[in-house]
This record gives sequence, C-alpha cells and structure tokens, in this order.
Amino acid sequence: MNMGLYIVQQAINAVSLGSLYALVAIGLSMVFGILRMTNFAHGDMMMVGAFATLVLGAAGAPFWLAALGGVAVGALAGVVVERVAYRPVRGAPDVTLLLTSLAVTYILENLGILIFSSSPRNFPVPDVMDTAIQFMDGQITFTAINVMTIVLTTVSLALLGWFVTRTDAGLGMRAGAEDLGAARLVGLDVDRLIVVAFAIASGFAGLAGVLWAAQAGIVEPDMGFTPLLKAFVAAIIGGFGSIAGALVGGYILGALEVLIVAFLPSSVSPYRDAIVFAFLIAFLLFRPNGLLNRAQEVKL
Amino acid sequence: MADAARSASETTEVLAVDGLHVAYGAVKALRGVSLRVGRGEVVALLGANGAGKSTMLRTISGLVRPRSGEIRLLGERIDGARPSRIVRRGLAHSPEGRRLFGSLTVFENLRLGASTRTDRDGIEADRERLIKLFPIIGERSGQPCATLSGGEQQMVALARALMARPKLLLLDEPSLGIAPIIVQQIFASLAELKATGVTMLLVEQNMAVALDLADRAYVLRTGEVSLEGDARSLKANYEEVAAAYLGAGR
Repeated sequence: MNMGLYIVQQAINAVSLGSLYALVAIGLSMVFGILRMTNFAHGDMMMVGAFATLVLGAAGAPFWLAALGGVAVGALAGVVVERVAYRPVRGAPDVTLLLTSLAVTYILENLGILIFSSSPRNFPVPDVMDTAIQFMDGQITFTAINVMTIVLTTVSLALLGWFVTRTDAGLGMRAGAEDLGAARLVGLDVDRLIVVAFAIASGFAGLAGVLWAAQAGIVEPDMGFTPLLKAFVAAIIGGFGSIAGALVGGYILGALEVLIVAFLPSSVSPYRDAIVFAFLIAFLLFRPNGLLNRAQEVKL
Repeated sequence: MADAARSASETTEVLAVDGLHVAYGAVKALRGVSLRVGRGEVVALLGANGAGKSTMLRTISGLVRPRSGEIRLLGERIDGARPSRIVRRGLAHSPEGRRLFGSLTVFENLRLGASTRTDRDGIEADRERLIKLFPIIGERSGQPCATLSGGEQQMVALARALMARPKLLLLDEPSLGIAPIIVQQIFASLAELKATGVTMLLVEQNMAVALDLADRAYVLRTGEVSLEGDARSLKANYEEVAAAYLGAGR
C-alpha cells in the first residue's frame, strides 16, 4: 500500500474523530469557563440527542428532521438541567456542584435505561450516509458520515466563532467567562448568559451524539460516558475553560488516537486509552493550564 | 411608573440609604447605616480597613443582600434587586481592584460598560467623549486590558462605569495601588466629571484627595457611621476624623 495515501486516509480518520471530541469538549469548556464547574452530565446530552433522534425517526420524521430535532432536544435538556439542578446550588462549594452533576448523570442514564432498556438499539441512518466513498482504487475509503461529521463540525464551529467574537451576546459570554462578578456589575443578565451557554454546549453535545450514534450504528444509555472522558482529556490538553483550547485539544486527541492505532505495532493498539490517559497525567503534571491558557491569575 | 419618575425628578436625592444592616454569616459588616447623596454631589465614604465601606457599595449595587434597611435610587427601592436591574435604573459601580475583563480589549470593556444600553449612536458618542477625558483609551483601544499599567487600567475602569451613563457612580478605591502622580491625574479627571454634574459616592483610603474632591463625607467605623459632615470642615478637623476612624481612646 502506498504510504502517502495511507497517511491521507488516517488523517481523514483523525479529523473525523477529532471533530467529535472537539464538539463535546467545547461544551464542557464553555460551561466550565462561565461557572467554574465540571459538568459530568454533559456526556448524557449526547445520549439525549441520539435517543430523541431515534424516537422522532420512529414517529415517522425523515432522518434529517429527526436529527435536527435531536440536537434541539439535547440543547433543551441542557437548559432544563441547568434550571432544575444547577441553578439552585449555584454559589455553593465546588464539591456540591460536582456531586450535583454526577447525580444528574445517574438520573439521566437510569432514565434512559428505564425508557429504552440498557441493551443497545439500532440507530438507523439513510443508506446514503453509509455509502463508502472511495478514491485511488479503494486505497482511500471513508463514509458519508465521516464527511458529514467534518462538515457539520466545521459549520458549527464557524457559527460559534462568529457568535462569540462578533455579537454583543458573545462578548457578554466572554466577559462572563472571565469574571462573572464583574459581568454582573456592568449590568449583564448573568442568568441569561448561563442559559445560552448551556443551550449551545448541550446542542453541540446533542449533535456529537447523533453523529457518534450514526457512526457506531447503535445507541445506548451510557453512550456518553467514554466520549465525555475523552472530551475531558481534550479540554485539559487545550486549556480547560478555553473554547479555542477545547477545539485544539479535540483534534490533537483525535490525531493521537489514530496515530496509536494506525502507526504503532498492532500489539500496542489495545492500550490506546491507557496511552491517552497517560498523556492526560503528563499534561496535568507539566502543563496543567493546557496549551492555550495563560497561567491562572489569583483573583483577590 | 409616571408617578415614580415625577417624584424622582422632584427630589434632589439620588441615593437614600436608611438603617442598613448587612451580615456575612455571624459577622456584622454594617449596623444601621444611613446616608444620602444629593444630585450632582460627590460624597466620600471614609474609614479604616474592614469598616464596611466596600460592603456598603456592594450592597447598594445589589451584589450583597441586606439583612434589613432600605436603599432608594432616585426615589425607587432597589434593596434586594438584581444588579442588572439596578444598573438599568442608573447606577454604575467601579469596583475595588478594578475588575476589568483582562483578556478583552479596552474598547470591548467599554462596550460591556454600556451593556444595558441599546442606543448605538449614543454609545459611540460617549466613547469619543471619554477618549477626550482619558486619551489613553484611544491610544490603547485594541489592546487587552491585562497588558495595561495599573493607572491605565483604573482609567479604563472609570470609563467603563461611565459608559452606562449612570445617575450615580460608585467608586471603590480608585487610588489603590497606583503611583501618586497618576492618582492626581485621575482625581483631576474626577473633578472634571463632577463639574459636568456626575453624582458620585466615593470610597477612598487616601483621605486628603478624597476630601479635596468631595462635598460631604461619612466616616464608617466597624459598620457604623461615626462621623459625618461637609468635606471642608472635616479637612480642617483632622484629629476629629482620625478619632472617628479609629475609635475613642486611641
């Protein structure tokens, strides 16, 4: 096999996987940026988005509409969770917030099991999405889902970038992420900023969930767990709380995982996740603020 | 609403605080403080560290909820209201330590100061006006605030508060950590603002500059008003003020 083409093939895989990690990691970082809270329930919005797509599809909606609905339901679920679970404990010690988000995770996953049972379900996608696209006599092969993942992620990120840097609401979000107290003082409606952050973050997670399920072909109640851990690693690599950092971290992680599987001896492949988490530990030890964050200033 | 607006325009009191009690847990920070700020007036709030000055400002701007007491801004009750609503009613607070958004540019910080406004033309005009008052804002417009010196940051913080077009400006320690020559410059600008009719409540450790600027002053000691009077007579009575700061017998 031609080495150059092999590299191109793996690069496509890396970007596709990295896109999913970036989508999830950005939401995690947005919420952390504004509330200084690690939202463990973030991964479950993937599950909510995927299941909502499944239900809407079963009700007869065409896949595209069902997927759009799934993303919207994911975003809505994030807003509801913020309102019902997080807002009442806002301002409580960090541990309280952490435990609350863990509790929300258990509730959502068990709700998923209660409604859909714990066994995986098929996630039907239109045939065109599963079509293999081949170049160079099949030396480069990917599916339409890969292409869609990359395109939709790029579009979502471009929209987010525009929103954050070009709109007043986006400026407010950046201000809130930097100093929530000062944001309050200049008269920003902080509750609204937080709702918007949760809606965007959870919508992104919902989108990642639909794409993830489409690639795997199945949905299950705990499908968000592994991506959440990976997104966590990605966010830390890039610098927790930074949107750009989460983006960079997501793609680095995707590339790293593909690299381990594609270019190292196959006997190493089973240790992929172990290597990834070793990478996380190394970052926490030597570069705890990530690649893009400045060293934390101490606020008085 | 119309009644409230009329009574507000009739009264010369911009801020009226009555019997304000604030506590952090079991610690009483303010114990029955009352004060007044009239239209166009600059009132200084003096006192030692921990006397409750910053708490007073933070309670007025809605960051801290009072235990009891009343706060009226232009005749309307604002105690217990959310900060965003209080800003909308005409209050701006330039906090201790400036609290600028350090990664955002000078102009972005100013834009955020006008968060409660929607009149884009007016915002632009006010920004130009503030550049005349603080030329540094124009020179550093695109720079992240974290890269500015302390004095420059203080000017941006003042400008950010003024961008809200406040009816009452709360200033917490504008001289803190700033070189004396810059302090003079900042207080000269504050005097200019005063001349244009901006009403201010000023918390300041530097008693001399504060009393030069202010019309009246209150001295807080352990959460209570220990002395009040007009600035000139307080300045002439340094020993009395010092006693009010520290308590009798010191």
